Amino acid sequence: MKLEEKLGTNKYYVDETCPHIHIDDTGFTMEEKRKLVNCCPAGLYTLQEDGSLAFDFAGCLECGTCRVVAGQTIVKEWKYPRNTKGVEFRQG
Amino acid sequence: MGIDTRERFDVIVVGGGPAGAAAAYRLAQAGVKVLLLERGQYSGAKNMMGGRIYTHSLEALIPDFRERAPLERQVMKERISIAENGHMTTVEYVQSEVPQNEESYVVLRSKFDKWLAQEAEKQGALLICNVQVTELLVHQSSVNAKPQVIGVRCDDDEVYADLVIVAEGANTLLLEQAGLCAAPDPHALAVGVKETYKLAKSALEDRCGLMPDQGMAWLTLGDLTAGLMGGGFVYTNKDSVSVGLVVGLDKIGSVETTVEDMLLKFQAYPAVAQLLKGAQLKEHSAHLVPEGGYHSMPRLGGPGYVVVGDAARMCMNLGYTIRGMDLAIGSGMLAADAYLAAMGEGDSSKTASHYRHMVHHSWLGKDLELYRHFPSFLGGTDRIFQVYPQFVNDIMKDVFTINDAGATPIMGKLLHRVEQVGMKELMIDALKGVRAL
Repeated sequence: MKLEEKLGTNKYYVDETCPHIHIDDTGFTMEEKRKLVNCCPAGLYTLQEDGSLAFDFAGCLECGTCRVVAGQTIVKEWKYPRNTKGVEFRQG
Repeated sequence: MGIDTRERFDVIVVGGGPAGAAAAYRLAQAGVKVLLLERGQYSGAKNMMGGRIYTHSLEALIPDFRERAPLERQVMKERISIAENGHMTTVEYVQSEVPQNEESYVVLRSKFDKWLAQEAEKQGALLICNVQVTELLVHQSSVNAKPQVIGVRCDDDEVYADLVIVAEGANTLLLEQAGLCAAPDPHALAVGVKETYKLAKSALEDRCGLMPDQGMAWLTLGDLTAGLMGGGFVYTNKDSVSVGLVVGLDKIGSVETTVEDMLLKFQAYPAVAQLLKGAQLKEHSAHLVPEGGYHSMPRLGGPGYVVVGDAARMCMNLGYTIRGMDLAIGSGMLAADAYLAAMGEGDSSKTASHYRHMVHHSWLGKDLELYRHFPSFLGGTDRIFQVYPQFVNDIMKDVFTINDAGATPIMGKLLHRVEQVGMKELMIDALKGVRAL
């Protein structure tokens, strides 16, 4: 089962209008980008063919791991989704 | 946001997890006017852990919790595995009975946290969910004065209190923003990922060799984390099983392996794969885990605030077991007791100093201090994750291999394996590890 399909079992209230995480990978090394690809448990950071980093906030599990790993580098802004939005764990 | 912001509270608790709810419960029980704020739809909606709570502190808070709390299974079976390249060596220990104050249970946080917050509500705490605290309100009377926390901001609303109990969890956005703790350190934090699979009660018990309603905690160390600090876990719920892993963040960019790859590798081990066979995925979740222990703890409080639970890094990974919730509940209770003691003296500003003192002189601070060297041992000894898993499985292979090449003495084989990893390194690591525990 692919990770995207696994995330499909989760309950989300996605805030389509307002991404809660902003990134900018300009000028950062591959290792710095690799950290984000590796650490995100939802697989939301992906390396593109041109070597740039793409990010999709919609499946975010709100763990904060990317902020810990790259809060001083690529991750420019990290907030929780607004009230009533985001993931809702039914198991936890 | 549903709060009359002109209303003043004695205490505001930020975060409705076990630490915050325990604090609110105890304060409300003593007649204190307390507001418990939770950003999730309900307490637990944003929370996750592997699965076990040691219930000694919960029992002190709610003596009849066994009749009321949503507990999945009591842990009676402990399993530790060392895995490498498809091989797995496992030690299993089954208890026949456990004294009441030493019990532990598997719980699911969306159910358990919700229940505990509702218990706090029943005691008289005002629980408001779906409200995110966006800032701790800090007042600085002069340049040299210590900043004082005077309340919280939730978007455009401000609410004030004598004391703010910060129970925001491992991702310490509010404390950092207010300058009350340092930026997160990848050495002291790990990511935990977990999947919960539906499995019929009887199938689960048969597959794990469990008596009805009894549970298992199973930790695995080995090559699943690609040589990084971490390990896998399995916990049995009533009619589902939680399977996941935790991996340290300081060297996460040094490998070509994602957290998802690691999880798949763990789940491909035959013992895990057989357990999950035909089971349906219910949820894929993740959370930060404070793994730094005692030395990573921030200042536990100051003017107008105290810090409890994961936000205070009160979590202990001892390799063979992991504690967090018992410390969270214990710290919440101590925060409440500290406020009550300060109020007894007619001076709420003494809360933080009372709290720090109480933590350090209780089992909570003493346990954290006792194991203070263990996180740096785990984090600083790569061989635990890179060399010894194969070493252990190689020895098992030697012991159980029979062929027509002629037998050789076990002692010789063992010494050969020890020489492969280095006698000196092995002894030093073993000694360090034992001393750190």
